[in-house]
Amino acid sequence: MTSTEPVLQVEGLVKHFPIRSGIVFKRTVGQVKAVDGVDITLNRGETLGVVGESGCGKSTLAKLLVGLEKPTSGAIRVRGEDVTRLGRSGMRRLRRNVQMVFQDPYTSLNPRMTVGDIIGEPYRIHPDAVPKSGRRAAVRELIDMVGLNPDHISRYPHQFSGGQRQRIGIARALALKPEILICDEPVSALDVSIQGQVINLLEELQDELGLSYLFIAHDLSVVRHIADRVAVMYLGKVAESGEENQIYEHPMHPYTQALLSAVPVPDPTLRGQRDEIVLEGDVPSPANPPSGCRFRTRCFKARAEWAKTATDEQRKNTPLAEQAPDVCKQQIPVLEIREGGAHPSACHYAQERDVVHAH
Amino acid sequence: MSSDINERVVEGIDEERERPQRAAGLWRDAIRDLRKRPTVIISLLIILVVLAIGFFPSLFTDVDPKACDISRNKAPAEPGHPFGFSHEGCDYFAQTVYGAGPSVQLSLMVVTGTLIVGGLFGILAGFYGGWVDVLFSRAVDVFNSIPFLLGAILLLTMFRDIQMPFVGARLQAIIPAVITLIIFGWTSTMRLVRASVIEARNLDYVHAARSLGASNARLMFRHILPNAVAPVVSLIPLSIAGMISVEATLSFLGLGVRKPEITWGLMIDDATKWFVNGYPMLLIIPSAFLIATVLAFVLLGDAIRDALDPKLR
Amino acid sequence: MTVELDRQGSHNGYVEGLPGYRDDAPLLEVEDLQVEFHTRDGVARAVNGVDFSLRAGETLAVVGESGSGKSVTAQAIMGILEEPPARVAGGEIRFRGVDLLKLSAERRRRIRANHVAMVFQDALSALNPVWTVGFQLGELFRKHRGMSRKDARRRAVELLDMVRIPAAAQRVDEYPHQFSGGMRQRVMIAMALALDPEVLIADEPTTALDVTVQAQIMRLLSDIQAERHMGLILITHDLGVVADVADDITVMYAGRAVEQANVRDTFASPAHPYTKALLRSIPRLDVKGQRLEVIAGLPPVLTDIPPGCAFAPRCGYAQDVCRTERPPLSTVTAGRSAACHFASEVMTDDVN
Repeated sequence: MTSTEPVLQVEGLVKHFPIRSGIVFKRTVGQVKAVDGVDITLNRGETLGVVGESGCGKSTLAKLLVGLEKPTSGAIRVRGEDVTRLGRSGMRRLRRNVQMVFQDPYTSLNPRMTVGDIIGEPYRIHPDAVPKSGRRAAVRELIDMVGLNPDHISRYPHQFSGGQRQRIGIARALALKPEILICDEPVSALDVSIQGQVINLLEELQDELGLSYLFIAHDLSVVRHIADRVAVMYLGKVAESGEENQIYEHPMHPYTQALLSAVPVPDPTLRGQRDEIVLEGDVPSPANPPSGCRFRTRCFKARAEWAKTATDEQRKNTPLAEQAPDVCKQQIPVLEIREGGAHPSACHYAQERDVVHAH
Repeated sequence: MSSDINERVVEGIDEERERPQRAAGLWRDAIRDLRKRPTVIISLLIILVVLAIGFFPSLFTDVDPKACDISRNKAPAEPGHPFGFSHEGCDYFAQTVYGAGPSVQLSLMVVTGTLIVGGLFGILAGFYGGWVDVLFSRAVDVFNSIPFLLGAILLLTMFRDIQMPFVGARLQAIIPAVITLIIFGWTSTMRLVRASVIEARNLDYVHAARSLGASNARLMFRHILPNAVAPVVSLIPLSIAGMISVEATLSFLGLGVRKPEITWGLMIDDATKWFVNGYPMLLIIPSAFLIATVLAFVLLGDAIRDALDPKLR
Repeated sequence: MTVELDRQGSHNGYVEGLPGYRDDAPLLEVEDLQVEFHTRDGVARAVNGVDFSLRAGETLAVVGESGSGKSVTAQAIMGILEEPPARVAGGEIRFRGVDLLKLSAERRRRIRANHVAMVFQDALSALNPVWTVGFQLGELFRKHRGMSRKDARRRAVELLDMVRIPAAAQRVDEYPHQFSGGMRQRVMIAMALALDPEVLIADEPTTALDVTVQAQIMRLLSDIQAERHMGLILITHDLGVVADVADDITVMYAGRAVEQANVRDTFASPAHPYTKALLRSIPRLDVKGQRLEVIAGLPPVLTDIPPGCAFAPRCGYAQDVCRTERPPLSTVTAGRSAACHFASEVMTDDVN
């Protein structure tokens, strides 16, 4: 199903949230750089996985793509048309083509509306999508499509389990027949055995309807399962992107490597057999990201490179977060294909390392 | 901790399967819950009686409360006059019955008024945020910074001599107090509604509707308001109770409803002089009615608040 | 980096004087534990017969989905169930032979303080926001060990250092909200370990954390456990974490333990169809999977658990007997038990 026909292109996307202080007259005292120059492309019928830890900007990216937030700068092209420049009616058109599946099935459905009302709401907002007489049938069809019983159309969300609610959310997102679905952690709130059901449903729907997914998740195993291509984000920037196989089997960026090595594999025979990289410290604040490479304060690679030339005295007096070569501190690494790799990564010292398999 | 455990178990229970079809929804569940509480039943009965007394006093007594005979002042109870007589020689039972009217009517008018004003401002401030919010929130601060009694005294003294056309004597006496109480009462409703709206505005299902392209009006009335209403509803009995006691206070201070109208507050005011002089019943009777009414509203409000909070059910 | 905390006496020395105490008894045994919740919809049997035992130095993983009763079991052991609506309807929880359920509330509290500690999923709400971290840690020593303010503070710093919080001496005076999620979880672990417990119960300790921080915390927990020869009960839904750190596993379903074994055996050849299905339904990092196998249907409603085996309606192996007769948790092979009428078939069936 995948093709190289892009349906969604993001170029230099930036979203800064001003930090304001003052009660009546607010002054801007800083910027949270939630998304800070992101380029991604989503092709027709494919799934692009976006992974990263909290604060990496992946959820803000999702909100920008469905128009819940306005970008500070940059372009979002849906089928070649820059939607950041659209007016009201253009946005309405966009919204029909790009829809979102939310993370929390408990808060994303209005508890006071029946399932039929929830799934039918898109038709009330866009009355031209389906004529009034056909709406009930359309809603029943959607309910059936996501594997629920159409007879439950007049039930309330709290009468359903988490997995069933997520199906309702998916049905609502599909009502306007969009080409692109932005899935923001769609399974992370669900139990393991239910996750599989929802993932399988998403895959079936993709095959059936030719949908393109931007699949945002922190669970790297789930992303590997569903994604064709993957982008790894760290503090508002893409650290590495490529085909699923390249990212998981041949990771180039130290952050990707650390992330992958931290994911436990459900196989006790591999215990202690896998390469283990434990990062020091926490993710810095996106309001005050490090200069140069954003990962340098936690980077094992930068530390090793720095140690090669450091004097004993430097070693003693330099805080852990500052142990990095000058190039990492001063130059922002560009996301490009680096020596020894076949896919783009944003690291001055990019080098492949297998952290997924046993050694 | 405990709610955590409950949620987990309730979640397990919620996994609906061939469970009997039962009408559900926050409100229906709340009502089912309320019906089971004895305090609710008792409070409701008291409130109904008080409302009936307040609006149809003639159903409860055929004695004219203003037909007084000074020679019978402070006379004890006798057949046909179960509460005895006031210091002006009026039938005390009839006075108590007719005294409920102004209190009940005033408090209902004030609460309706604060709900409309505070609710509207709260929705606007909470939904639009930004400078709209700043404007209304600062206005609230200004009103809250004026001491209530001082402000009430000021306003009511100003209203004192204004004659309103086309209204009866009863309303003439009530309306200044109503307006004053609304002016000082809308702020708490506004803050409550604003907070609930802000909370609801950031819920995922509101985002979901927004990402579908829903209009602001749709977001407000279909998604945000129904969920902001619950805390306000539970506040209504409490504020009615509050207003009844405030009205009594104002009358007691000689600022609210004025004689020759009868209210519980005025009765209490008159009776204080006689309390230690051998006629305690003159004070105890209206006070007991007042306390019972306020308590009934408070208990009902508490119960509604609990019933609307699924975690407390 | 580790600090040897001086132990007081042979151990904390509270449990020794209690009825039933035996020096050679297993560290912690749970036998046929039953916990009910009284709700509007009836009685929910959250825990419906759970048995397991924990040795010193052992890591036991208790695995299950939401509603399986794993957290309620932990809370019952700690004695922190909210009663009502909860009620322990039966069974025994023995700590070194002493049945905790028969103890008075005061004795229970002292056991909780001195012998059995717990780490919660949500560290922020488990710490008091108005006191500094150092004060909260120090309070434990002041209250339970009668230490002076100064000594207590010194011990607090040592503990923070032990859980690898950088610059512990400075951070001891900060408030919980000034710590990041991972650091807060370390503070929680420090608090749990302060009084040198012999059993640590960790209820989804890393679920709320990012992957890289999760790895740090799991490593910290298993290091400390090995160092102190503690018994660790790890309550989790993450089979990856189980595979990484646990020795033994108890799989729970609808309030019952359905399988118990050594982790390696369970992952290699699960003996209960639920365990087997669960293992097949998770995507793996190291292989590009095909379609995920799913467990059809939903777990039973706890107020209305079907007769027979609770898993039968979702089970591929189910026969008529499963719908009428509840399979007891019984030994399948040495050291392994499962609550399934067809355990040996399930086990020998080709897993992959």
